[in-house]
This record gives sequence, C-alpha cells and structure tokens, in this order.
Amino acid sequence: MIKLSATHLLYLVEAARWTILLSLLAFVGGSILGLPLAVMRVAKSRLVRVLATAYIQLIQGTPLLIVLFLSYFGLGILGYKLIPLVAAGLALTLYSAAFLGEIWRGCIEAVPKTQWEASDILGLNRFQQYAYVVLPQALRIAIPPTVGFMVQIVKNTSLASVIGFVELSRAGQIVNNSTFEPFVIFACVGAIYFVLCYPLSLAARTLEKRVHVGR
Amino acid sequence: MSYKFDFAFLTERWPDFVAGAWLTIQLTVLSIAFGFAVGTVCALARVYGGPLLRRVTGAYVETIRNTPLLIQIFIVYFGLSSLGLKLSAEVSAVIALTVNMGAYTTEIMRAGIQSIQRTQLEAADCLGLTRLQTILHVVLLPAMERVYPSLASQGVLLMLASSITSQISAEELTATANLVQSDTYRSFEVYIVVAIVYLALSALYRLAFWAIGLVLFERRRRLGTAL
Repeated sequence: MIKLSATHLLYLVEAARWTILLSLLAFVGGSILGLPLAVMRVAKSRLVRVLATAYIQLIQGTPLLIVLFLSYFGLGILGYKLIPLVAAGLALTLYSAAFLGEIWRGCIEAVPKTQWEASDILGLNRFQQYAYVVLPQALRIAIPPTVGFMVQIVKNTSLASVIGFVELSRAGQIVNNSTFEPFVIFACVGAIYFVLCYPLSLAARTLEKRVHVGR
Repeated sequence: MSYKFDFAFLTERWPDFVAGAWLTIQLTVLSIAFGFAVGTVCALARVYGGPLLRRVTGAYVETIRNTPLLIQIFIVYFGLSSLGLKLSAEVSAVIALTVNMGAYTTEIMRAGIQSIQRTQLEAADCLGLTRLQTILHVVLLPAMERVYPSLASQGVLLMLASSITSQISAEELTATANLVQSDTYRSFEVYIVVAIVYLALSALYRLAFWAIGLVLFERRRRLGTAL
C-alpha cells in the first residue's frame, strides 16, 4: 500500500482543471441551447411552446446519470463512439439547457408587459424587441440565479467519473485505489469542490441583494 | 445506420426493474422524510438559535450544498467503513441522501420561517398558546405552506439524484439497469426504459406531494388557494 503524499494531493488539484473545463463546456453549451429554449417557452405559437416544455419536462424528469449513460453507451452502440469528455459534455449540455431555459423563461416573463407594448408601438420587430428591449432587462434579473445554477453544474460534473472521465472525483477514486484512505481523500476532494463552488454561491447571494436593492 | 431496437429483454427481466424501482421508492421516501425532519429542526435552530447554533447549521448547509452528492455518498460508504463503521450500501445511501435533503430543506424552511411576521408570534402569545403550540401551529405549518412548492420539487430532485447511489452498488433502479445492460448488451434500450420509469416516478412523486399538500393545508383544500 502506498502512503498518501503531497503528490497525490497535487494530482487531485490537477484533475480539478478537467472539472473546470467540463463545467465551462456544459455552461457554454447549455447557454447556447438554453436561450432559444427560453424564448421558445414564451413564443406565440402553441406548438413551439409545447415542444420546448416537453424537452424541459423530459430532461428535468430523468436523472442526469441516465442521460449520461444514454449519451455514452447508447450513442456508442448506434455507431457514434464518443470519447468520455464529449459524451459527458453532451449530457451536461442537455441537462444545463433544460434548467437554464426554465430559469431564463422566468426572467423574460419578469420584464413588464408595458415594455413589450412600448416597443411594439415604436415599430420594432420581434427580433429587435428581444435584442434591444427585453433581453438586456432580463439579463439583469437573470445573473444571480444563473450564477447559482453554475454551482449545480460544477457539482454535477462529478458524474462524469462514472463513464471513466478522469476529473476530480475519478482522480479521487484512483488515488483511493492505491492508498486506501477513503475518508481523507474524499474529504480533500470535497474540499476542492467546495473551493470551486462556494465563491459562486457567495457571488449569487451578493448579486441577488444588488438586483433587489429597490425592494 | 442499421441498428435494430430490441426490447425483448423486457419479457424476462421486468421483475428486476420493478424491484429496482421499489428500492428507489423506499430509499427516497425514507430520505425525504428524515431529511425533512432534520431540515426543519436545523431551520428552527438557524432562525431562533443562539450564535453558535446558527453558525453550526450554517456551516452544515454550506458544506453540503457546495459539494457533490457523489462525494458525500463516498464519504459515508467508503470513508466511514475505513474508520471502522461498516454500513450496508442501502443504509449508507439513506444516510447520505438524508444529510443532503436536510441541508436543502434547512434553507427552504428558513425562508418560510422568516416570512412569518413577528405580529403572528405576538398574537399567539396573547392567545396564551404554549411555546410548542406556537412553533407548531403559528410558525411551522404556515411556513411550510408558503414554501411547499420548493419542498416538493426538492423531493423530486432527490428522487432523481438517488440514481447516484448505484455507484456504491445499492441495487436500486439505475444499478438494475447497469446489471441488465451488462447481461444483454442492450444498453440504449435499457436506459431508455429506465428513463421512462424515472419519468413515471417523477410524475408519481409530484402527484403524491400534491395530495399530501391537500391533506396538510386546510386553506388549499377548502379555498383552493395557497397562503
């Protein structure tokens, strides 16, 4: 049995970089997919609304782990062999998009109706209404909950360890396999996650106070 | 692409899925109930407790909410057993899920308790209610009614998150799926089936929470409106 040493801790910290990369991937992908979803949720066409709602209900009603298995094993059998990073990135993107879409829908709906009416009267088309009037105002409301949701993304990247992607959690398991000191190791892993997540939690709370300063 | 879907494994293995789903229900119903109890007590401590108690519960909430459930489960299962406390996978799962649910419930219930106005407490005092009666009828029940939607969705999220306990080989729904797919090599079909079962379970849990809400909150039952 190898004794736990500083090298192991360094290995964990280095693996945390993959956790960060995966989180960024999921956040960027989730945003790209989530914004259209949010807009679709408040669309005029009933069909478009139903489609977006169905997607969100589907993802929010199944565990992320199952989505991950479907994207890794499932697509693999269909002939699209994805490497773990891509499979995990895909699953986390689909997951984040559903939640971000729902968060941002609330923010779009929170913009007063009079803003829509005023921009209608000014002769702006639908795209201009979104780009110049509604979204900039929704953005202000959206920042705190979005930052808060980033904590969920960082935590959920830990599931990528299950399909063998060596991020922080998997690194913890690897170190544990050679040293067998699970309590210390997973406490360290947890501490590193905490260091990544806690500033985001604090930022979300501070930003929330700032947005609601008028109340 | 010439892949043919084959759900034939279902005719033979469906009892496994039912057993897995049943264990998922058992694990999560216990964890939600225990977690709610833990969270309610911690929320009371966080609002009405002294500075030390507030700090301890605050640390508990922040630690749990800022670390992944997977790591929490590993610490309970592998960590505690290495310290000499050997627990079965199912018991470890319930403990980890309870601790997790407790932290989120603390935060949700704290918001509810803080929304109860001071005058309510003063009125309860004037009516001669004991401290316990005040906490139960004037603080907790109305607080819970206000935050009930958040509590319910947290319960559903916990049920979905319980899939992670498959990683310590608690034989719940996801672990069953892993087992069946390694026997049949039908991974895509197996996970689709399990995804559908989870969707059904989410619907079932939402329904159950709605029914419990009707039983608990008279206002909702009689007037159909929330507080």
